[in-house]
Amino acid sequence: MALFSVPDIKISGIAACVPEDVYHNCEYDWVEEKERATLIRTIGVEQKRHARKGTTTADLCYDAAEKLLELLRWERKDIELVIFVSQSRDYIIPATAGLLQDRLRLSHATMAFDIGLGCSGYVYGLSVIGSLMSTGRIKKALLFTGDISTLNTSFRDKSAFPLFGDAGTATALEYSPGAKPMVFNLQTDGSGYDAILIPDGGIRNFADKETSFEYHKISEGIYRNGFNIALDGIQVFNFSLREVKRNVNRLMEFAGTSLDEVDYLVLHQANKLMNETIRKQLKLSPVKVPLSLKEYGNTSSASIPLTMVTQIREELEAGTSRLLLSGFGVGLSWGSVLLETDHLQCPVILVHPNP
Amino acid sequence: MNISDFIAKVEAEFEDVEPGTLTPSTILKEAFTWDSVNALIFLAHVNVEYDVEISANELIEAVSINDLYELVESKLIKIA
Repeated sequence: MALFSVPDIKISGIAACVPEDVYHNCEYDWVEEKERATLIRTIGVEQKRHARKGTTTADLCYDAAEKLLELLRWERKDIELVIFVSQSRDYIIPATAGLLQDRLRLSHATMAFDIGLGCSGYVYGLSVIGSLMSTGRIKKALLFTGDISTLNTSFRDKSAFPLFGDAGTATALEYSPGAKPMVFNLQTDGSGYDAILIPDGGIRNFADKETSFEYHKISEGIYRNGFNIALDGIQVFNFSLREVKRNVNRLMEFAGTSLDEVDYLVLHQANKLMNETIRKQLKLSPVKVPLSLKEYGNTSSASIPLTMVTQIREELEAGTSRLLLSGFGVGLSWGSVLLETDHLQCPVILVHPNP
Repeated sequence: MNISDFIAKVEAEFEDVEPGTLTPSTILKEAFTWDSVNALIFLAHVNVEYDVEISANELIEAVSINDLYELVESKLIKIA
């Protein structure tokens, strides 16, 4: 089991950025009004942000990073590592992390690469960036997470369209000897790779002008083409309800602590029913488990930092917080981290103007 | 767990079901919109309430309230 602890790394700041356009689910006329109301109540998403074609995840991450660097007054030459965690990169090749290194005017001594994860991406990203910094004594680093999921979602898919929103985030980390360790529990079950899937456009099902663009009826109210996100709701649901609590409990045991000692559990924002069920399983009160679903929907790997920025920003800025972060979904991949933040720089959520 | 207790809890879980209207022989599709969203609400409910996991295939086979009850009960017996 991938249970380990990463010492000497401090999170200095977190910023999140969303595109300008707001989509209100009450306008989702692909389904009848009554069903729409049940859907909104169950998934808990009233509105979310949609990027227009031309805006990329990296654009949102760039804005977040510029704001963070301005607040932290970091010297750009001190940043030696950039990781971009996303499933919506700028190009098929090259990696987007390099584009961000250049746009942010970081030095050529910067190590930069992408990680292709979604729901679990923030926790995985922290584990990779933290470990590299810790062993390499890298002074300063930037972790980017986020996705533009709405461009790949079929409007005529009631199981996916109302759920996803777009966002990008930047997290600034520093090598800080003596900082409280981050403790991780990371897991994978690739047999569930098709629970959340975009089937075409990769090498397995290479983009094909005859078949990839054709819409198929999957079931009532669900039509998709090969480039659209396909969600197997029940499979993801059962997986999350089974594994998240186990993962969290095992981490608590390994770290020698309990959920009572944690100020906030920040979950990946999957949907309200799922998040509330996990909260009830872990017997935590709603105030300890913040949600950003209502305003931003499911924002993939951005959802944990976005929830921190939009729901508990003032507490994070004012003092010390003991946090448990847990991401779970596409892969299937899941993981949790226990960490402590201290006077985080946490600007109010940024809005990226339409091109 | 007994069936009247099980029914009362299911009635409380679904907003479009009036309390006191469900019986063991109630046909699910006639009582409420037995679609994927309500199926997920039911899965979440039994997971928290009884700590059991039900698959999509098992759920599809259930026709009446009593079928759901027996499904949950069979899982509870396995755990015990």
